[in-house]
Amino acid sequence: MKARGKVHKYGDNVDTDVIIPARYLNTADMQELAKHCMEDIDIDFAKNVQQGDIMVGEANFGCGSSREHAPAAIKASGISCVIAKTFARIFYRNAINIGLPIIECDEAAEKISAGDDVEIDFETGVITNHTKGESYQGQSFPEFLINIINSNGLLNSLK
Amino acid sequence: MTQKILAAHAGLDSVKAGQLIMADLDLVLGNDVTSPVAINEFNKAGFDSIFDKEKVTMVMDHFAPNKDIKAAGQCKQCRDFCGKYDITNFFDVGDMGIEHALLPEKGLVAPGDCVIGADSHTCTYGALGAFSTGIGSTDMCAGMAKGKTWFKVPSAIKFNIVGKLPKFSAAKDVILHIIGMIGVDGALYKSMEFSGEGLVNLSMEDRLCMANMAIEAGAKNGIFAVDSVTLDYIKDKVNRDYKIFEADEDAEYDAEYTIDLSTIKPTVAFPHLPENTKTFDEIGDVVIDQVVIGSCTNGRIEDLRCAAEILNGKHIAKNVRCIVIPATQKVYMQAMKEGLLETFINAGCAVSTPTCGPCLGGHMGILAKGERAVATTNRNFVGRMGHPESEVYLASPYVAAASAVAGKIAQPSEI
Repeated sequence: MKARGKVHKYGDNVDTDVIIPARYLNTADMQELAKHCMEDIDIDFAKNVQQGDIMVGEANFGCGSSREHAPAAIKASGISCVIAKTFARIFYRNAINIGLPIIECDEAAEKISAGDDVEIDFETGVITNHTKGESYQGQSFPEFLINIINSNGLLNSLK
Repeated sequence: MTQKILAAHAGLDSVKAGQLIMADLDLVLGNDVTSPVAINEFNKAGFDSIFDKEKVTMVMDHFAPNKDIKAAGQCKQCRDFCGKYDITNFFDVGDMGIEHALLPEKGLVAPGDCVIGADSHTCTYGALGAFSTGIGSTDMCAGMAKGKTWFKVPSAIKFNIVGKLPKFSAAKDVILHIIGMIGVDGALYKSMEFSGEGLVNLSMEDRLCMANMAIEAGAKNGIFAVDSVTLDYIKDKVNRDYKIFEADEDAEYDAEYTIDLSTIKPTVAFPHLPENTKTFDEIGDVVIDQVVIGSCTNGRIEDLRCAAEILNGKHIAKNVRCIVIPATQKVYMQAMKEGLLETFINAGCAVSTPTCGPCLGGHMGILAKGERAVATTNRNFVGRMGHPESEVYLASPYVAAASAVAGKIAQPSEI
């Protein structure tokens, strides 16, 4: 299982309020929420993002609220994987539960730049930066996590 | 302490940090923003029952009283679901309060409980000596259906509390000081455990405020040792058996800090992270447009008393709006009986029915571009209270009230 796409790059402490501002949480329609994803720090994100793109942050990505709308909006926007140095714990759990692959990797988070063409192999945890000709070792996904992601979320994987 | 509670709920003698366990739940909580997602998943998954109608609770507090048609639809979806499954503890407009102020007040959380809530500030109930943590809507859905969830057992950081707070320093200042010290990811994935001889000087409301913000340091939970203050608080609220867990003398911690309450000064967290804390020797003139006194962090009766102590006989500054939001109906009623509401209204404040409203930029006090607010809430992220170019400064009720009077960020002792 692999993901490949163009990188959207952010810094430390990307919080759930900037991923999806609470003023839009009067709906649980994730396609609608995707239109506003990241808009408070990157007004053009929804316009620029392509299906399969990769999001890269640094430390403590997804801190703040428990809103599952945050990883769900990222996923609905077309992002195929989020790479960061560390993730806030509720975000980490929510992302896996809804089937959004996320990987912790210090080196990748430091070296990848916005616009790079990056590929992730979930079985091996290898992150390849085709633009820079580099590769970085992230954590690999155990089988049950790959199963959750292939099933498009925890609840589907239990069926 | 957290590890012992988790072991007991997993049917194990002991657990170690990093261990994955399946634990029984004593309470599963949702609100009007997170529950609709959980209900959609519940229906999609084809579940047809909930594990215990007494142990699932939904509180309509975020965008309630309904702020718009879509919010009304979300509350209706929760109301219909709770009706269908005969959920006992459904709290709607009129008896609802802000969830994390309401549930302890209603006696729905007891020491030793294992609680999950689809709201990140669910960590508040650690004040009562419970393990309590925020999760997302999918986990809420599975928890409602099965009464169980999986956890990775956290390691712990110990905060040894000594001394007593000086006048005009508050629990909010203590937790802001700690977050400033360890950072917004300083306790990532970990448990923050509070104990020590100074604990007796922190009221239950102080502890609720501090445990509430454990998530702002990235913690999985915050938890206080159970003592006479805890038992006094729950004695006329909790009508069921509970178990008190104590940390072992030789318990292992990743780090230990001693917090001397007597050294804590009024503290303000500057935009846009709760770790950007400053004391008044580092704060110049910061002119403000709005003050919000309320939220699951600081909307309880002691908080309103602190604010009223400052505002009594004074008027807020011209060009400042001050919004006071009692966290529950009981707090509202008590504030009315004590004359606090009269103090607020005479001072020029707006007093609202309970709601999370402005804290998360929902309604009831949204900021325009370039505006600044001092708030007793818990987050000051970009756009948290409104426009992405507005600013939120986090502070105690004393500092918030003093700032409303001064029209700029001000110390209570200056007023």
